[in-house]
Amino acid sequence: MSQYDADSVRKDLRQWLEANWDPSLGLVEWRNKLIDSGWGEPHWPKQWYGRELPVGLVPVVDEELDRIGAVGVARMGIRSLAAATILAHGTDLHKQKFLRRILTGEDTWCQLFSEPGSGSDLAGALTRAERRGNKWIVNGQKVWNTSAHKADWGLLLARTNMDLVKHKGLAYFIINMRQPGVEAVPLRQMNGHASFNQVFFTDAEVEPEMMLLDDGDGWKVATTTLMHERRGADGLRRYPKPSGRPERIYQEEDAEIASALAPYTWYPQRMGRVDLILERARQTGKIADPVTRQEIAKVLIMSRSADWTARRARVAQEMGRSQGPEGSLGKLAASYIARAANRVHTTISGADALLTGPDSTMGGVIAEILISTPAISIAGGTDEIQKNIISERVLDMPKEPRNDTDRPFRDVPKNAERK
Amino acid sequence: MKFSFSDEQQEFRSVVRRFLEDKSPTTAVRRLMETDKGYDPAVWQSLSQDLGLTAVHIPEAYGGQGFGISELAIASEEMGRTLLCAPFFGSTVLAATAILKAGSEEQKKALLPGIASGETIAALAVAEDGGLWDAGSVAMTATPDGGKYRLDGTKSFVVDGHNAGLIVVLARKPGSAGNDGVSFFTVKADAKGLDRRLLPSMDPTRKLARLTFSGVTAELLGKEGAAAGPLAATLDVAAICLAHEMVGGAERLREDAIAFANQRYQFGRPIASFQSLKHKAADMLLEVELAKSAAYYAAAAADESDAELPALASLAKAAASEAYMQTAIHAVQIHGGIGFTWDNDTHLWFKRAKSSEVFLGGADHHRERYMQSIGA
Ligand SMILES: Cc1cc2nc3c(=O)[nH]c(=O)nc-3n(C[C@H](O)[C@H](O)[C@H](O)COP(=O)(O)OP(=O)(O)OC[C@H]3O[C@@H](n4cnc5c(N)ncnc54)[C@H](O)[C@@H]3O)c2cc1C
Repeated sequence: MSQYDADSVRKDLRQWLEANWDPSLGLVEWRNKLIDSGWGEPHWPKQWYGRELPVGLVPVVDEELDRIGAVGVARMGIRSLAAATILAHGTDLHKQKFLRRILTGEDTWCQLFSEPGSGSDLAGALTRAERRGNKWIVNGQKVWNTSAHKADWGLLLARTNMDLVKHKGLAYFIINMRQPGVEAVPLRQMNGHASFNQVFFTDAEVEPEMMLLDDGDGWKVATTTLMHERRGADGLRRYPKPSGRPERIYQEEDAEIASALAPYTWYPQRMGRVDLILERARQTGKIADPVTRQEIAKVLIMSRSADWTARRARVAQEMGRSQGPEGSLGKLAASYIARAANRVHTTISGADALLTGPDSTMGGVIAEILISTPAISIAGGTDEIQKNIISERVLDMPKEPRNDTDRPFRDVPKNAERK
Repeated sequence: MKFSFSDEQQEFRSVVRRFLEDKSPTTAVRRLMETDKGYDPAVWQSLSQDLGLTAVHIPEAYGGQGFGISELAIASEEMGRTLLCAPFFGSTVLAATAILKAGSEEQKKALLPGIASGETIAALAVAEDGGLWDAGSVAMTATPDGGKYRLDGTKSFVVDGHNAGLIVVLARKPGSAGNDGVSFFTVKADAKGLDRRLLPSMDPTRKLARLTFSGVTAELLGKEGAAAGPLAATLDVAAICLAHEMVGGAERLREDAIAFANQRYQFGRPIASFQSLKHKAADMLLEVELAKSAAYYAAAAADESDAELPALASLAKAAASEAYMQTAIHAVQIHGGIGFTWDNDTHLWFKRAKSSEVFLGGADHHRERYMQSIGA
């Protein structure tokens, strides 16, 4: 076992916080201190800002920070996927250039995988990257890219070779979003928010050293990103809320939430807001209705069981054991929970659930749940794709016969060109 | 006829469908839903004057066409299919039916021809802030005042209430409780003391209003203290029409989703060729066909004065709620990322499915009412 336990972590961290936590610091200044101390991402490798703390003890660190209201490193959004992918496949140059600024929140990231013609079938990407001189030149279009309009950097999956089979002709790049050849156009969603984008590339440039692994390894690297995305979709994530406190660091954090994190304000709602169910049932008196109680209990049971399933997976990881099937179920469970919570909120709120705007129930939060949960079974890989993965890879069931992996990508049937 | 439509009914349906496909494409729905008014007066005029839809179930004696609930329901189904933005449900389905069920001969003669011709837009105000559609939960009071009445209280979730020129409203005798003492009244929209506010709603295709009455002078409609019966009968008709609207919308969603799936390629093949998607399609068909059967049966039962009507109306509403919502969830899912966008039309129906789910009482309410109606 490791040399750490919850008590020693608590003790060390408290000591360090007593000496260092200061809410009159600037946000970036403080986060840099936290990163240098190894408490920012304590489970990361020692040479990259971490302490190699077992993952299972990370919640203790979060608890300690919360206890005194200390601000943590920036985690929301695609930046965590970027960090995980760079840690896994990046060179020292990548790690040096990007990891610290990811954690300080100075850089914002986006994921440039999906395209109009390829979403579930990400390996069917058509966006081209061609080597011209000492640059890769990118042309094409991505879509549904969350936060791309705010991003400094993008994780780009692009095709470098049309004549190889589809999974082999791909490369994975880190692309600078702040250049003339990249244009991000926000797309409005059914819930009225516009957090995802269309992204157009017109002779956009990428330095050769900004490729992760080699030409042809794009799919392998993308799989790492996707694994982290799907594992992270288990609902254990917390969403930062503005604190409204007067000290400088809180003011700066509130400003960050208001701008960089704006695309995510509805993310808790898309999970179904299980946390609000009992409160709402009490407010409306529906808590006394036997049928509603049954429905509420079903959601709560599912939600708590899913939490524990996610924790089983984390503990297995912490103990260095390989994860069982429990690690692949979080995303699907989150979808089922969100859908069930949507139904229960509808039952509890009745006609009030329809109203939006500041005067409505909880300022429109309930209505927003009802029209946001459909995202959860699509974003990051649809439920159907999750089920295919679970049945074929976890349960080892026979794969679907395929006609798209046995021939040059050029010859695979594709969607007609559309706008 | 409970199990088939007559040739005339089928002809009627195709006329209405052609009209609505022409007048209510989603471009029009999107344009109108963004406005406060929420409908196009020219389309309303042609719907009422040329097609006589606003008059369908109103007897000829009161300026109507004299058809039955089945025809009213067919029109509702077609409107649900195209998400027509118009005050049809509030005026023709709810208010006209209430007047038919509650009003005196003289009142019907006075009030219905205007609604039948479409010149008068009427609304029925039942629910209050609690969002319940029944006589027992009415709190608004009607105080007698020299042959007329003074209304005080609030009505909410009033469909088309902000557009209506005539409000049919439920209020009770001060001090009364339950179904006793509840009467229908009529109020002109410009009456003094009536404040109307459009409620921002998740489903912008169905406009809801909150009406505040402060000493508003009103006329009694029908017999004093006897509104519970006619209200229940009105809400049965409304539930049946809403069920039709819902199955119409659900069917359209299914058709559009399958059309999309047929032309969308992933993994080198149309996504419609994936078995899990076919199974979803089959489930959608099953659920919507069951709900359609329930809705059609209930409409015919209404025309045949079937004693089981209250049970059938609730059955149809409960079945349609589940089928529509489930179809809408599948339809978004089948479209993938596109299905979650504003520009794709699926969400327009998704939101209508949600709002219809709770409008006139949720499925839980109607299932309970069904059980009570069959004596269980
Ligand atoms: C809120 C939100 C945020 C997003 N953020 C990002 C982002 O930041 N970056 C990014 O790159 N992408 C992002 N996406 C895109 C998302 O990953 C894709 O929408 C998703 O993977 C589905 O792809 P698609 O939209 O092309 O649908 P399609 O792949 O066309 O799927 C359509 C339907 O077909 C089904 N289907 C497809 N293949 C199969 C199969 N083999 N078996 C059975 N059924 C199948 C699907 O399950 C779905 O129901 C986001 C999406 C949403 C909704």
